[in-house]
Amino acid sequence: MESLSNKKKVLVSKPLNFAERIYLPAIASGMATTIGHFFKKPATVKYPEEVREFSINWRGMHSLKRDEQGRERCTACGLCALSCPAEAITMIAAERKNEEKHLYREEKYASVYEINMLRCIFCGLCEEACPKEAIYLDGPIVPADYLRKDFIYGKDKLVEAPLEK
Amino acid sequence: MEIDFVIEKFILVVAIFAISLVIAMYSTYAERKVAAFLQDRLGPDRAGPFGLLQPLADGVKMFMKEEVIPANANKWLFMVGPGLAMLCACIGTAVIPWGQDMMVGDRLVKLQVTDINVGLLYIFGVISLGVYGVMIGGWASNNKYSLLSAIRAASQNISYEIAMGLSIIALLLVTNSLSLREIVEQQHEWRWNVLYQPLGFIIFMVCAFAETNRAPFDLPECEAELNGGYTIEYSSMKLGFYLFAEYINMFVSSTIMAALYFGGYNYPGMDYMATLLGPTWAPLFGTLIFFLKIFAFIFFFMWVRWTIPRFRYDQLMNLGWKGLIPLAIANIIVTGIVIAIVNKF
Repeated sequence: MESLSNKKKVLVSKPLNFAERIYLPAIASGMATTIGHFFKKPATVKYPEEVREFSINWRGMHSLKRDEQGRERCTACGLCALSCPAEAITMIAAERKNEEKHLYREEKYASVYEINMLRCIFCGLCEEACPKEAIYLDGPIVPADYLRKDFIYGKDKLVEAPLEK
Repeated sequence: MEIDFVIEKFILVVAIFAISLVIAMYSTYAERKVAAFLQDRLGPDRAGPFGLLQPLADGVKMFMKEEVIPANANKWLFMVGPGLAMLCACIGTAVIPWGQDMMVGDRLVKLQVTDINVGLLYIFGVISLGVYGVMIGGWASNNKYSLLSAIRAASQNISYEIAMGLSIIALLLVTNSLSLREIVEQQHEWRWNVLYQPLGFIIFMVCAFAETNRAPFDLPECEAELNGGYTIEYSSMKLGFYLFAEYINMFVSSTIMAALYFGGYNYPGMDYMATLLGPTWAPLFGTLIFFLKIFAFIFFFMWVRWTIPRFRYDQLMNLGWKGLIPLAIANIIVTGIVIAIVNKF
């Protein structure tokens, strides 16, 4: 019957001719291909010493940002934790004292802020949810570790380094 | 028998043994590097500069592994298998002429352990014995996979030995000698046997691949169907011996191919070099050339391994019995006729 799609390809198994039967021409062409690769540049990136350049929309480890005066932007509103589909974020809010005005931008701040890196799926919804532009996933790859407890990152690992005066 | 003769031979034996072990050791490294380069990778480069200490690390790993002998295995034969494989691989180099006679002081040193007049037959016999290590190990493991693999190895070796022997007969028609030293001496300067026996060389090479169980004829160690073949029950350094014997075999076959067909230590311009370097250093330079040829063959072995997929078993048998043996016989007939005509006129 006529094929409607016109994509049908009829395969005929024809016997091998002499050149195909002794394999040598095919082997020679195959070896030419492989020796060509011998002189190509290896695609390997020697990871710990060399890091591949990240793409501009790469999402890596989180960082909690500071404003222009070096104060933490986070106000512990909890929108990131709510938006997180993996339930990876938790925090405890605290009220800013008068003498802490140079440390925190708003009256309320996160005294504890924890992200469980084993739960996190790096979707970036926290960064979209944040009204204060306080959290970004702009870090490197989260390193491996031995114990589960070491994957719960607190403020010591997440907050940006203070501004240089 | 003077004592210095014994000392001379002893040094030669130890040197050749050490060299073949070191070359086999670094073949494992070279194989991984070549594989990597052919696949656009880097290969092992963590142990030492460029990963040069990798073979040592592998050796230490092999020694540290737990030694397991299966409960129902034949313990005696299980231990003999790897040893036999290693032994047969190592004694093949005894009759290879490594270089021309060398003057050390006022003493003429032969760079060959022993020049027996049936050297070629000796090598042929030793190579054939190699399959016993595989057979015994595979049978003694008391495992269906390893037994199947051993049977494969045996039938493959027997099939390809015939074609190999026939290709050597054609070579013997040309050389008129079984002594390896004479065969190599005849190929002075550029008169390499490969120019007279190109077809015989190709047949010999294909058979050498099959005899050493190298890809594309590595059916005995099929990981897909036989879970790794005859080494399945082996662990620790016994496994190491089997893997190591394969690399020594590769070195020995490369040596034989270089000696029989590619002139051994002969190279174009060797007479000029002999007057230039004198009777001590010129033979050593020839030995260096010989080793370069050997390394080229080892590289070729690896290059083929990472290019060609494994043959199916029926294809292997078809190629051996219906392809190579008729070709080898035709080669003998043509060679014989040509030699008869040349001798007549």
